[in-house]
Amino acid sequence: MTDGLDLSRVRFSRTGRLIVDDVDVTVPAGALGALLGPNGAGKSTLLHLIAGIERADAGALAFAGSDLAALRRRDRARRIALAEQETHDAPELRVHEVVALGRTPHLGPWSGLGERDHAVVAESLAVLGLEPLAMREYATLSGGERQRVNLARALAQEPELLLLDEPTNHLDVRAQLTSLELLRTLAASGRTVLAALHDLGLAAAYADHVIVLDGGRVVASGVPADVLEPRLIREVWGVEAEVLAHPSTGRPLIAYSGVAAPHAVEGALDVRR
Amino acid sequence: MTLRRVEEPLRVEPVETSPGGGFETLAALAPQPAKRRRARTALWAVALGAALVASVVAAVTIGPAGLAPSDVVASVLAHLGIGESTLSPLRDGIVWELRMPRVLTAAAVGAGLALCGAVMQALTRNPLADPYLLGLSSGASVGAVIVIVLGVGLLLPLAAFAGALAALVATIALAGAAGRGSGGPGGGLSPTRTVLAGLAVSSMFGAVTSLVIFWSATGDSYREILNWLLGSLAGTDWVSVAIAGGALVAIGIPLIASARTLDAFAFGDAAASALGVHVGRSRVLLLGGTALLTGALVAVSGSIGFVGLILPHGVRLLVGSRHRALLPLSALAGALFLVWADTAARTLFDPRELPVGIITALIGGPVFAVLLMRRRVS
Repeated sequence: MTDGLDLSRVRFSRTGRLIVDDVDVTVPAGALGALLGPNGAGKSTLLHLIAGIERADAGALAFAGSDLAALRRRDRARRIALAEQETHDAPELRVHEVVALGRTPHLGPWSGLGERDHAVVAESLAVLGLEPLAMREYATLSGGERQRVNLARALAQEPELLLLDEPTNHLDVRAQLTSLELLRTLAASGRTVLAALHDLGLAAAYADHVIVLDGGRVVASGVPADVLEPRLIREVWGVEAEVLAHPSTGRPLIAYSGVAAPHAVEGALDVRR
Repeated sequence: MTLRRVEEPLRVEPVETSPGGGFETLAALAPQPAKRRRARTALWAVALGAALVASVVAAVTIGPAGLAPSDVVASVLAHLGIGESTLSPLRDGIVWELRMPRVLTAAAVGAGLALCGAVMQALTRNPLADPYLLGLSSGASVGAVIVIVLGVGLLLPLAAFAGALAALVATIALAGAAGRGSGGPGGGLSPTRTVLAGLAVSSMFGAVTSLVIFWSATGDSYREILNWLLGSLAGTDWVSVAIAGGALVAIGIPLIASARTLDAFAFGDAAASALGVHVGRSRVLLLGGTALLTGALVAVSGSIGFVGLILPHGVRLLVGSRHRALLPLSALAGALFLVWADTAARTLFDPRELPVGIITALIGGPVFAVLLMRRRVS
């Protein structure tokens, strides 16, 4: 048990197919964790299990020492927020109304938003630089703007554990780095952050801790410099890459050189774990 | 843990600069837009409420007998035990026994249908959802007609509820089965499939209603069939007011209290669940509530269509989509709308009466078409 997120032997299957297979994950409080893996590795499902959207078939999920399965849904939503990928069909709501949805678990059925709720909403908008868009209809926003609004909504939940599914989708380079720097700041303030990312370079540059999923199993986890090495990248993603040290930060820098030859991927299966 | 504690380090530069500088002043007063919206909602509520009261009085005066608004007020006050009625017993009967119950039933039915429409649109995330279009009203009619034929009138609202529930389950099951295996957003319950399934279900239940009436009737059954299929408020009395009004209060209040839950569905089931909503339980309870309310309304009025479609969309244009404002205002607007639609139905071709559903469909059809084009539902 740690102060952070602690998953042990978590298993989940849907329509007979095992999607999350015996997963152990630890993200310490105050750390920015990156969940990596190819498409279909089970990243989103694992985030849904932690957020309580789906229930694990087996295993233990704990956060800050308390069993997540025992928490009431509303209490869980006060402590854990999930910022999902931008959705296809947008509701007819303004940006500040969408962010105010994040207050839902903190409010009773008849109570309106109080002064404090308004302050939290305003601050969540401010943190993501969304004040200029506050009165805009969500449906009129670009993909990148929606992504930031979704993150602001999650922040308005005032979570201790923040989960993010592909938070850098649709964002330009500056916005990607800004988002990850924000996540690092949030982690530094004592929150636990776990983000599913596609971009290995971003994970290498910003995460304190990376977890690599493949076929529903954890194939590696640890600090980026230990985990992200050429062989693992070839085995999991099927691409050839060299890993250098960043000249100024010293963090791993991934230089792709091409798609790996099929036999190199197949032959690697037995050394995965 | 609050955001405040980490306010300073959290400050990051805006990722993009705003295109129009004018919004920045608004944003500086961040809670302001929410407050302004609340004030606007309250204003609309007062306006619609006042219009409704005035319309009820006005609608009672309309028709042969040449009543004045003051006559209506005097009669109502006398029956409530305040003052003496100056009206002749005949004219007093027209106000108190004929028109007032009918107008109040129209108000309750209109309010309830609009409320059901708004709730169903949120829960199915389908802008075209409405108790009539998804077959609930037809199902309720079957239940109602069967108990009337069997002569067990006391069970009327209950049977209508059972019919509405059966139709709801049939529509959702059919839409889900038709959509199985087709991926994409919304999965099986896409708006189009749901409306098509509702069409199939309501056609079938409509046919059953017609058959039952035709088979049981001794004389001219066509008028009766029309009244159930298109909806009519002819012949409503204080019992109708009690059924429709009672159901509106008993079910409408919990529905309005669920506004925040309905808001949370805006981004889909997973997002609602992450916000702490019991998704499955809420959907069953709230859809069950709409079926119950629809059943009670249809039991007194037949299947009046499109009220649940027109009014919520109209109200959204005025106050936005947050359900705390949308639900009560839709109910008020629905009441106002149906009071006037029914007044038109009984006076346009006086002395003959039009089923009120014809009027609501004349207005609702084009609204449906506009929604279809605007959403490019495919």
